[in-house]
Amino acid sequence: MRASAPAKPSGLAWLVIGVGVGWLALTILLPLVSVFVEAFRKGVSVYLEAFKDPDALAAIKLTLQVAALAVPLNALFGLSAAWAITKFEFRGKGLLLTLIDIPFSLSPVISGLVWVLLFGANGWFGPTLDQWGVRIIFTYTGILLATILVTFPFVARELIPLMQEQGTDEETAAVTLGAGARHTFFWVTLPNIAWALAYGVLLCNARAMGEFGAVSVVSGHIRGLTDTMPLHVEVLYNDYNFVAAFAVASLLAGLALVTLVLKTVLEWRFSGELARSARH
Amino acid sequence: MTAPNLRWRWREPSVLPGFGPALGFTLFYLSLIVLVPLAALIARPWEHGWNGFVHVVTDPRVLASLRLSFGAALAASAVNAVMGLIVAWALVRYEFPGRRLLDAAVDLPFALPTAVAGIALATIYAPHGWIGGLFAPFGIKIAYTPLGVFVALVAVGLPFIVRSVQPVLQDLDAEVEEAAQTLGAGAWQRVRTVILPAITPALVTGFSLAFARAVGEYGSVIFIAGNMPMKSEIAPLLIIIELSQFNYAGAASVGLEMLIISFGALLLINTLQLLLSRRGKR
Repeated sequence: MRASAPAKPSGLAWLVIGVGVGWLALTILLPLVSVFVEAFRKGVSVYLEAFKDPDALAAIKLTLQVAALAVPLNALFGLSAAWAITKFEFRGKGLLLTLIDIPFSLSPVISGLVWVLLFGANGWFGPTLDQWGVRIIFTYTGILLATILVTFPFVARELIPLMQEQGTDEETAAVTLGAGARHTFFWVTLPNIAWALAYGVLLCNARAMGEFGAVSVVSGHIRGLTDTMPLHVEVLYNDYNFVAAFAVASLLAGLALVTLVLKTVLEWRFSGELARSARH
Repeated sequence: MTAPNLRWRWREPSVLPGFGPALGFTLFYLSLIVLVPLAALIARPWEHGWNGFVHVVTDPRVLASLRLSFGAALAASAVNAVMGLIVAWALVRYEFPGRRLLDAAVDLPFALPTAVAGIALATIYAPHGWIGGLFAPFGIKIAYTPLGVFVALVAVGLPFIVRSVQPVLQDLDAEVEEAAQTLGAGAWQRVRTVILPAITPALVTGFSLAFARAVGEYGSVIFIAGNMPMKSEIAPLLIIIELSQFNYAGAASVGLEMLIISFGALLLINTLQLLLSRRGKR
């Protein structure tokens, strides 16, 4: 419900609209447009050439592999954290909520650095693991851990406010009537939070596939092995291979656009079933 | 069954199942992914004692990078506070063609990978780029200077302000404004006495979110910054440089220093907001 419906603009209003729209175009739309212009600067065939490079394909594959594990793990965490926090009363809940939000306030580079401090060649556990033949930094595992840390709160943050609003009445009724734990979760709780879960997973996935800073610290930039798509963009760009860099970047920009469309659809269609923070 | 009720309880009884496993997994995963790694960040800088830490955090090159990171973040967030308010106002208050599309587009910086934004901005603002080319004849360089860092942080921070202010503007009662208008308040007076006090808390919240993000930003800045020591190096880059020399204690020191300064800054902003809102109530 809007207290004040949008009005037909006049006079000064057009100035406000002009400045606002102009600023959005300058800071947000122009960079997006430039990605596609630069990618197709030398024509479609040169654009497509960029995806015949085996290193580019390896980067795409690695990005998908990382997201395929990071997103479900964080979704599982989000579900269990939200279940414990919103369905039960216990001491220390406020502290737990604060701790869950920490990763949002870390610089991506710090989110990568901490894994090097633990598992790097001079890290706490690095030398010991190395003796056992286990390598984490400069491997898939390190990239996965950095990605998980960066995207850690996304699902939990969507679910907790919504499930708080919904309370425990429906679950209590189901359990009192003799429903088991699994039955209650899958038939009572999950239908109520399905769209919010989808919303959180969507945002989590976009960030997981696009993460640059944290992954850059732990990856070691081994071409064809530990370069994700955003890292491959950097490598190509620094090689002055601009068309290929923007071609791979255009895929990521496409992913961002798809994410944005799905997000907007979820917000319009299911606004009542999302957390208050997601509605506007 | 009266005895258990007298005991100190850390959780309320409930008929719902699954508390133990849910909280157990939550705490285990939280420790593994967030707490233990963070403990390493806090413990590691002291390898060479207090003096070793101070030596790193007061190094002129580190200080220069912190000045740039925090200064540019502050400037960019300030500009965004003004421009974001105008954007939010246009989106909420007026009906014009393309409004809904633009409203959705505001979130693009949240979804667009930072490296993509980074190379795009560097290309646009380079001396031969679309916008850099307009300034080059006047001898103004944007990309590869501190100005470039500022430009990138402006692009990153806008949605935080817009999304914080938008809901408040929507709920702001148009009747209050109309009443003020009927009572003869001019446009500027209405903005100053009715609108600004109502949106200031949301504006401050948006400002601190944008600021916190900008301080640690890496991907969208690194391509446009030029990365010249003492001039256009951002603080996160210093961490990477320390790491590339296998100086873990140094890297952790810079990281911890960044965290402490930004928590201090956010604490200051929040205190300021609290004081402002108290004054408003009186």
